Amino acid sequence: MTEESPEIDAPEIEEAVLPVKSAPPAEPAADMPLLRIEGVGKKFGNFRAVDRLSLDIRAGEFFALLGPSGCGKTTLLRMLAGFETPDEGRILLDGKDIAPVAPHQRPVNMMFQNYALFPHLSVRDNIAFGLKRAGMARADIATRVGEMVALVKLDGLEKRKPDQLSGGQKQRVALARALARRPQVLLLDEPLAALDKKLRESTQLELMELQRRLGMTFIIVTHDQEEAMTMANRIGVMDAGRLEQVATPRELYEAPRSRWVAEFVGDINLFEGEISSREHHRLNIWTRLAGTIVAAEPRQRVTQANVSVAIRPEKVKLSRRGPVSDAGTSQAINRLEGVVTDVSYLGGLTVYKVKLDSGAVVRSSMANTARLDFDAYSAGRRVVAWFTPDDCVVLEQ
Amino acid sequence: MARRVNGISRFNVTALALGLAFLYLPIVILVIYSFNASRLVTVWGGWSLRWYAEFFNDRAMLDAAWMSLRVAAVSATLATLLGTLGAVALARGGRFRGRALFSGMLYSPLVMPEVISGLSLLLLFVALDAERGFWTVTIAHTTLTMCFVTVVVQSRLASLDRSLEEAAMDLGCDPVRAFLSVTLPLIIPAISAGWMLAFTLSLDDVVIASFTTGPGSATLPIRIYSEVRLGVKPEINAICTMVIAFIAVVIVAASFASKLSSSQGESAAPL
Amino acid sequence: MSARNIFARPARYAAIAPYLWMVLFFLVPFGFVLKISLSQTAIAQPPYLPLFEFTEGWGALKAAFAALSLDNFRLLISDNLYIATYLRSLVVAVTSTLILLLIGYPIAYGMARLPQRWQGVAMMLVIVPFWTSFLIRIYAWINILQHDGLLNKILLALHLVSVPVVWLSTDSAMYLGIVYSYLPFMILPLYATLAKLDPALLEAASDLGAAPLATFWLVTFPLSLPGVGAGVLLCFIPIVGEFVIPDLLAGSSSMMIGQTLWLEFFTNKDWPVASAAAVALLLLLVPPLLLYDRLQRRTLQGEG
Repeated sequence: MTEESPEIDAPEIEEAVLPVKSAPPAEPAADMPLLRIEGVGKKFGNFRAVDRLSLDIRAGEFFALLGPSGCGKTTLLRMLAGFETPDEGRILLDGKDIAPVAPHQRPVNMMFQNYALFPHLSVRDNIAFGLKRAGMARADIATRVGEMVALVKLDGLEKRKPDQLSGGQKQRVALARALARRPQVLLLDEPLAALDKKLRESTQLELMELQRRLGMTFIIVTHDQEEAMTMANRIGVMDAGRLEQVATPRELYEAPRSRWVAEFVGDINLFEGEISSREHHRLNIWTRLAGTIVAAEPRQRVTQANVSVAIRPEKVKLSRRGPVSDAGTSQAINRLEGVVTDVSYLGGLTVYKVKLDSGAVVRSSMANTARLDFDAYSAGRRVVAWFTPDDCVVLEQ
Repeated sequence: MARRVNGISRFNVTALALGLAFLYLPIVILVIYSFNASRLVTVWGGWSLRWYAEFFNDRAMLDAAWMSLRVAAVSATLATLLGTLGAVALARGGRFRGRALFSGMLYSPLVMPEVISGLSLLLLFVALDAERGFWTVTIAHTTLTMCFVTVVVQSRLASLDRSLEEAAMDLGCDPVRAFLSVTLPLIIPAISAGWMLAFTLSLDDVVIASFTTGPGSATLPIRIYSEVRLGVKPEINAICTMVIAFIAVVIVAASFASKLSSSQGESAAPL
Repeated sequence: MSARNIFARPARYAAIAPYLWMVLFFLVPFGFVLKISLSQTAIAQPPYLPLFEFTEGWGALKAAFAALSLDNFRLLISDNLYIATYLRSLVVAVTSTLILLLIGYPIAYGMARLPQRWQGVAMMLVIVPFWTSFLIRIYAWINILQHDGLLNKILLALHLVSVPVVWLSTDSAMYLGIVYSYLPFMILPLYATLAKLDPALLEAASDLGAAPLATFWLVTFPLSLPGVGAGVLLCFIPIVGEFVIPDLLAGSSSMMIGQTLWLEFFTNKDWPVASAAAVALLLLLVPPLLLYDRLQRRTLQGEG
């Protein structure tokens, strides 16, 4: 996370022209985040789009709201922009409730999913649109538009109309237009959804770089977990109007808090079972499908007996006989025997499906470190799938 | 039906060609005969402009034409204003009390037989003791044609991405400003198409005008109609040709203007 | 409250002016038609009784109400002449709508199958005659159909007939005029649905073994039914009340309801009967109007 002040790049004119936007350099007190969402709820008819949700976002964060479609993430974003009004709860920006502030007066700008570029205006006029509304002087507008054009590398295209631009260029105009007013928070609604994979990846890096340079607070909505994990400092995973977990990408992946999050973020093997005994921060968990699994006890003490054991596929290693158990050391090894049923070669890695004798299927993904691998396991071969107790995540049901 | 599923078969082309011939031939014939020198409409007596000259010496016809143009211009303008407002309310007003009645009133004149619209308006004007003439016809035409404007503009508004308006508000416009600076420029082609439609509908109408006009203020269609009932006259051919030419010029000019005003590809539906 | 509402409030104010206008010039006049249809003919100005004089107090108003009667409607349903005009209106409307569908469908289909860039041109070509005056288009046909008109000349020249055929003042001429005038109204909704039809569906049908004709009946036609419905109603409703075309092209032996209304009003100066005829015509149109409204709403929802 960046320690830069969000105002680092802002020219002086801003103070005079956009007083709202430049309100006290968001120097958040330790206990007061830039944006505080308190018990916010929103219903459409009988459908609870957002369910009494609370969330703090600090100044300078790149925050991602991640979730499947219909989980309420876009509704939440639109409430921040002012396009939807919460039925309950409060939204505090810089400590002030923004409920009574109309969308056009909020120091927040949005980059729309389909960009919403004004088709009758040129690139320059699109970017200048919000500045004119703010009553900025002509010369200052020209300067600011120039800066924005340079920032998003659109030089030479200022006079074009939106329908003369490629998808990637449109995306940049939309970004420049939203950034031009130097909002305290930039909201991005699925900003890269319309781009193809290659362009999306390079744009992700550019957005991160931009956010770091401007020190601005970005909130992005996406259903693409890779995108969220690449770009965001913190991710809020949403489902059915609630936040399932708010964490850094690493925590989210390695220590998901619920089964839902574990399954939604990345691929995972899950075994349901019961804790049969505990010893030295180890839990012995008896599962019907994989026998007893030894798992490391999570930092937060497990209170229930019924749990699920989750293991990421890349933590599951295959070998013909399995490693020799280092008897005497504390490192117990979980060994599951089965037959390889399916091999999917994906380039960088290969995913194996191993059918255990119990009938359960375990997925294992292994990096293809050698170009020619004559030892690769083929379908029908009997193997041992193994993983350590530290590879296991214990989830309460 | 088509030999090749995706391509154009001979059948398609024939159907289309015959259909278009059916639509255009009578008009073409009418135009050609308007230049006929012969008094007998069916005997070709060589090319001549005498029937055009006849029209320009026919005081009553000229008056009627002038009346029609005035009515069409004023009613089309009024109808465009009112119809656009109606379209905005229907397309952007969400649900409001009386909306069903409002849309019902705006849609039914589209298919309402003209005899009913004409009769009912006349009864109103009689009850109000209004002097019948220019203004009563203009009001009647405005009432009819604003509904067409509403349909044209509303369908454009419905196809317009609403996040454009949201983006404008996000960038500092209050709703009214957002409409004026973003929505309005984008629906201008539809509005001008609506005006054109209203103008030509007014220029075309016989029935409603017959009911709502007063003595001494006949419109051009009323005059043509009473002449046509008495039989074909070469002068009418000439007048009709001029009306067609006039409307064609207006349409071409308007479509050029709307193309200039919005260089984007989206054009408003002409209907 | 949502974004829609933020925008909706000012948008609703836009309704005020057109709302008032339509109430005053569309809704209120219907009240007059209804009221006068229940009045009696009088030789006066205006030529009906009773008049509602609000200045004469409650008693007079009550008397005026008492004087209203259904006599005009009784006349309409007891007189064979009026019943005949009703039936004729329906017959003419049904027949011409069917002809329109038969002619319009192949044209719309042909347009929808054209290469994309030609479709717009074809649509313009269909619409342009609609912009030229309706009256002029009827008049153009009178030119052609008259006794020594072009049609008879061609027929004589080709020795298909030996004496000129009487075309004008016949039902054939009227049907021709109606079909000619309403063709764009049939073609455009049909074209709109046919053009939206995904060509992949047709390919899928033929891939699954349907012959072209079967593809048409099993896929294209069922999917174009909303367009058929819209086109049929868009033609049927105004044709029922048509006045100018039958007046100029059909004979005077039998009349349509629009003509009856016109005759009662302008020639017989019988405003109450004309109003009753208008109310009756409206009643006739209520079912198709409701149907049309439902169809429109469904299409709008489908697109929304």
